[in-house]
Amino acid sequence: MSLYYVQKFLFEINRSPGLQEQYRTDRRAAVAPYELTDEERAALIEPDIGKLFVLGVNGQILMHFAAFHQIEWADYLQQMRDGVEAYGPVREGVYAITGYEGTDAHTARIRKGAD
Amino acid sequence: MPLVYAGVCSHAPGITGRAHLAEPAQCDPVHAAFEQMRLDIEATKPDAIMVMAAEHFANFFMNNMPSFAIGMADFYDGPIEDPDWLNIAKFRAPGNRDLSHRLITEMMNSVDVAYAEEWLFDHGIAVPLSFLTPDWDLPVIPVNINCQGPPLTPLHRAWAFGEAVRRAADSVPERIALIGTGGISHWPATPDSGKINEAWDRDFLDRWCRNDKDALLDYDDLTVYADAGQGGFEIRTFLAVSAAARGATGTVRFFEPVPIFAVGCTVADYQLDEVAP
Repeated sequence: MSLYYVQKFLFEINRSPGLQEQYRTDRRAAVAPYELTDEERAALIEPDIGKLFVLGVNGQILMHFAAFHQIEWADYLQQMRDGVEAYGPVREGVYAITGYEGTDAHTARIRKGAD
Repeated sequence: MPLVYAGVCSHAPGITGRAHLAEPAQCDPVHAAFEQMRLDIEATKPDAIMVMAAEHFANFFMNNMPSFAIGMADFYDGPIEDPDWLNIAKFRAPGNRDLSHRLITEMMNSVDVAYAEEWLFDHGIAVPLSFLTPDWDLPVIPVNINCQGPPLTPLHRAWAFGEAVRRAADSVPERIALIGTGGISHWPATPDSGKINEAWDRDFLDRWCRNDKDALLDYDDLTVYADAGQGGFEIRTFLAVSAAARGATGTVRFFEPVPIFAVGCTVADYQLDEVAP
């Protein structure tokens, strides 16, 4: 797991028109300088938004990568839900603090607490 | 010159970027609340507006993450996001390097502050200012508190930071308006985006309006995350404004949960003239 470098690539591509251009022309070369596992590299190249969320990428970074790929807002949210369904709970990062319960269970618990 | 304004507001990118997806009945009152906030700030005749925001990996990343950072430049560009995505055109906002320098110098006596002579505004600052200074003609002093990359700035340090902001503002002749942006409960950019814990928000705003330090510091990150999402970590900016208001009590001017904006849209301010400066 090298979540730091996954997020670092996304942080830098979000800021850098040059890296964006390189990624457009050769995705594998664009991610090559970063210390990534095969799974992380594949998720960035595809891109697999759901996998990146499960790997622990912060949504404040991920949402811009999704927008860069012209993924509409509702589709971006659904791809993260699909990722949790396909790959299981978020593994690392801020969303793994308390374990991700899934949207429905989490909403139900909060509503119960508010009653 | 004592602080002339102290308030808080939301900064969610959906407020501008997804305005077209919201019903006018939901969107228009939010934008009207920001317009009233603009008028209220304008009435105080500020020389500069200090925007205390929770930045979102636009300038600061986990390779070098400060607990507190303040801009020290004569201009700032933005938005760093795609202007079409955020629905805010590219802009250059004025800064005031000299004023920033004096404020930071004073604050460093009591808190450790990073400074930045370059800063690209993201939605945390750009969304509120697109309403509050739409012509980008009021000098801005950007401030960041780490609400994003754990370990986060401890709440009591955010409070101490707010006290330092007040001491610094009081030490310069310029009239400074202070706003904190962010929160309250929300799960931005996650599968739970659109979820809002209204009961939690209203309880927090009650504590904020009473400016009850003990109650405002009586949170921990695990509970905040469970009940208010990672967006709830941004209460740090609200707390710092409370500390800067130095005992004043506040009023919620607007609060309305708007799921498509992914937050309970909030505008509130403190009545600074009710306490001695």
